[in-house]
Amino acid sequence: MATEFKLPDLGEGVKAAEVSKVLVKPGEVVVVDQNLLEVETDKAATDVPSSVAGTVVEVRVKPGDSVPVGGVLLLIDESTAGAASASGSAAAPPVAATAAAAPEPLAPVATPAARPAPGAAGDPVFAAPSVRKFAREIGVDIKQVVGSGPGGRISSDDVKAFARSHPATAAAGEHRAAPAGELPDFTRWGAVERQRLSNVRRVTAQAMARSWATVPHVTIFDRADITDLEALRNKVKGKAEKLGAKLTITAMMLKLAAGALKVHPTLNASLDLAHNEVVLKRYVHVGVAADTDRGLVVPVVRDVDQKSMLQIAVELGELAAKARAGKLTPDEMQGGSFTVTNLGGLGVGHFTPIVNSPEVAILGLGRATQEPVWVAGGWQPRLLLPLSLSFDHRLVDGADGARFLRWIVEAIEEPLMLVLEG
Amino acid sequence: MADSKRLVVLGSGPGGYAAAFAAADHGLQVTLISDDEHPGGVCLYRGCIPSKALLHVAKLLHEAKMARAWGIDFGTPRIDLDGLRAWKDSVVAKLTGGLGQLAKARRVTYVRGRGKLLDAQHVQVELTAGGQEVLEFDVAILATGSQPLLPGAFPQHPRVMDSTAALTLPDIPERLLVVGGGYIGLELSTAYAALGSHVTVVEAGQEIARGADRDLVDVLAKRLYAICDEILLDTKVLAMQADERGVTVQLAGLDLAEPERRFDKALVAIGRRPNSQGLGLEQTAVELDPQGFVVVDAQRRTAEPSLYAIGDLAGQPMLAHKARFEARVAVAAILGEPSEYDPAAIPAVVFTDPELAWCGLTETEAATRGRDIKVTRFPWAASGRAATIGREDGLTKIIVDTHNERVLGVGIAGPGAGELIAEAVLAVEMGARADDLTMSIHAHPTLSETVMESAEMFAGQSAHFLQRQR
Ligand SMILES: Cc1cc2nc3c(=O)[nH]c(=O)nc-3n(C[C@H](O)[C@H](O)[C@H](O)COP(=O)(O)OP(=O)(O)OC[C@H]3O[C@@H](n4cnc5c(N)ncnc54)[C@H](O)[C@@H]3O)c2cc1C
Repeated sequence: MATEFKLPDLGEGVKAAEVSKVLVKPGEVVVVDQNLLEVETDKAATDVPSSVAGTVVEVRVKPGDSVPVGGVLLLIDESTAGAASASGSAAAPPVAATAAAAPEPLAPVATPAARPAPGAAGDPVFAAPSVRKFAREIGVDIKQVVGSGPGGRISSDDVKAFARSHPATAAAGEHRAAPAGELPDFTRWGAVERQRLSNVRRVTAQAMARSWATVPHVTIFDRADITDLEALRNKVKGKAEKLGAKLTITAMMLKLAAGALKVHPTLNASLDLAHNEVVLKRYVHVGVAADTDRGLVVPVVRDVDQKSMLQIAVELGELAAKARAGKLTPDEMQGGSFTVTNLGGLGVGHFTPIVNSPEVAILGLGRATQEPVWVAGGWQPRLLLPLSLSFDHRLVDGADGARFLRWIVEAIEEPLMLVLEG
Repeated sequence: MADSKRLVVLGSGPGGYAAAFAAADHGLQVTLISDDEHPGGVCLYRGCIPSKALLHVAKLLHEAKMARAWGIDFGTPRIDLDGLRAWKDSVVAKLTGGLGQLAKARRVTYVRGRGKLLDAQHVQVELTAGGQEVLEFDVAILATGSQPLLPGAFPQHPRVMDSTAALTLPDIPERLLVVGGGYIGLELSTAYAALGSHVTVVEAGQEIARGADRDLVDVLAKRLYAICDEILLDTKVLAMQADERGVTVQLAGLDLAEPERRFDKALVAIGRRPNSQGLGLEQTAVELDPQGFVVVDAQRRTAEPSLYAIGDLAGQPMLAHKARFEARVAVAAILGEPSEYDPAAIPAVVFTDPELAWCGLTETEAATRGRDIKVTRFPWAASGRAATIGREDGLTKIIVDTHNERVLGVGIAGPGAGELIAEAVLAVEMGARADDLTMSIHAHPTLSETVMESAEMFAGQSAHFLQRQR
């Protein structure tokens, strides 16, 4: 028995619609909520989804027809709904038969839960489960990946290659940036040399492009008077060295940043838009950007909030040595919840670091300079450290960022506050 | 541990207990609520496990009979019903008790009772031992399963059984009516027929074991016609009355000589409905579809962010292994991992004798969708292994995409089909092509070779089948 599928009520005041496109053909199996037609009313263009599952028996309208609300569009045979396995080719369940004469509706067993069929032809993705999982993990929509294997099978290398050529897609699916575009032939203007990208460079390129494309960045600047801090550093430097630690400004700033993160947990967080949640981290693991001849690497110091500056300095020294030797393990470069990057050694003042997503903030340290500062009624030479804080504006408001940075500046200038606030 | 997420799992079938265990293994604080003594749910207490125990006995009885043709006579078997029931119950007790211990070892708190949501953060439990308890949770997984459909037209009477009652094995009725030719009806028909009942199967549709391809069902049908008195297709039960001594039914069907029949007992197996009522879902944003299944997304999350649903409650196919897979997906999602319910092949098995098993795309589905496929069939008559066990009635078929030669589906009819389908599931999930199957060495002589040989036929050269045709 075929059911007449009629033009549903399309909203107040709409009495008829013009068919602009018919999306199904006779013989086609449709599921609930699948779009059957596109129609246009004097108010809007809209899709007409199916309210039933079954096989299309007849299409009664064609593009250009004007149909009143309640007018018959198609005939659908619902008795064949069972054959339309919901998830495309997942095995249809062995359903029990229904007895007649039962006054109660027996439909529950006859109709598999209706879900739109995946993929164009409704086929499952031509890739192993582990490859599909890998694609999900790096944010690639595997349905867009073209497989290079026999018959078009998708390998994890195909997924990687896709992510490389679509960095923005890889980041968040929805945010799709325009493809980079073809490069011109540079040799027209002179000799060039082509070098293979190193792994580190490839990963950095991906991560940076992803962060840049998906994270709305705000960078704010401040300067901290580190005259006293530097004096302290010089005083204990020798002692630290005996313990095997090179007490640097970076090491000290790590500790201070950890204090600030404890007080401002939204900067020690990640944004989970898929679940509408903020992930607040109960740990403080700080990544430190290190410049090596292989490129940028970011080893992570764990539980910075629970360690003394000296401990941090020791660990940082070890990690830096490993980084230079290319001996960092993947473990040592994962799990950061905040990043500190220091370009001061290269003479830079303020700059705009890129957030190491999915972290939400990064602190940049510049070259400290002696400057005259008006202190208690007179000019004094003070050592000022440029601080640049970039943050993910989706989660961190400008004021939050400013308070966070101010906290650090004040903690440097009024170290007692650390003790007060813990 | 103190600040790890508190997870409540409602219902402890294969979906619920698998979810509870996996979550506990990942450090969540888990409370598992269900109304039986131990975890296990329908599958272990009144579904998969007890039915498979009985079907094993049925197969044994059948083989003992076949042995006469091989020169061995065991005589007429004597059936000790109490002994059989005790063995079946001991299998259930052993497995469910084991799950109880596994729950304890994982520090999953098992609360015996019936739970009902008060809102999206609280569940109230009517404890089996008496009293009530309200639990607060961060996340809950709903896995309350399903129950047999028994419409009002069927009288409430001990002589009218659903699958749960039939599996308690109260007696072996002389004449048994089975309403419903789906897998549950057919499995229980097989078990009762082997134990000595005269079985009549009534099926309202035009075919038994709906969902499987006809050529596979034909293999099973041949045998079912031999062990059942009658299989009435296109026949409906109009009315049923039960009294002290039996059950009377009025049937409506084509060319039915006697529309009114009398049986000692009736088994109604016409389908199952999800247990979505009485759960307090109306206190939450959870949505149900018209069939009463909870609507979930690819992570098995409901419209209420703190609630997930899996298993029979969350949609077709209502199968234990699908529930278990969803458990894995939901727990991963709760742990914040990217997970998705995206199986390419869910095996379906009918544990009759011969068994039917299939996965991925069926030939029927391919035809409805107008897919360009090639189907190859390897009859077990050409299998050496099948000959050595006296079962040459089986069939193995594969459905291959003509363009990329990918294996889209596999169907098997024959003893052991349920085990053989595992390779096919792996092939379909991994995106294997027909030649991947041909170039994987299969042990000889085994029934698994039939999968390899049907793949060989895709290229036109199965060793054994062509030989026979010459
Ligand atoms: C006779 C028979 C044979 C079967 N054979 C097979 C087979 O061979 N292979 C296969 O894959 N599948 C088989 N099935 C289907 C299989 O049993 C189900 O698909 C599977 O059990 C579903 O698991 P689940 O986790 O969704 O819930 P269930 O196993 O249904 O368990 C849910 C549990 O939750 C309990 N519960 C419900 N509501 C509440 C509440 N409010 N509070 C507390 N507890 C509650 C229920 O009592 C039940 O114990 C069979 C089913 C039957 C009936």
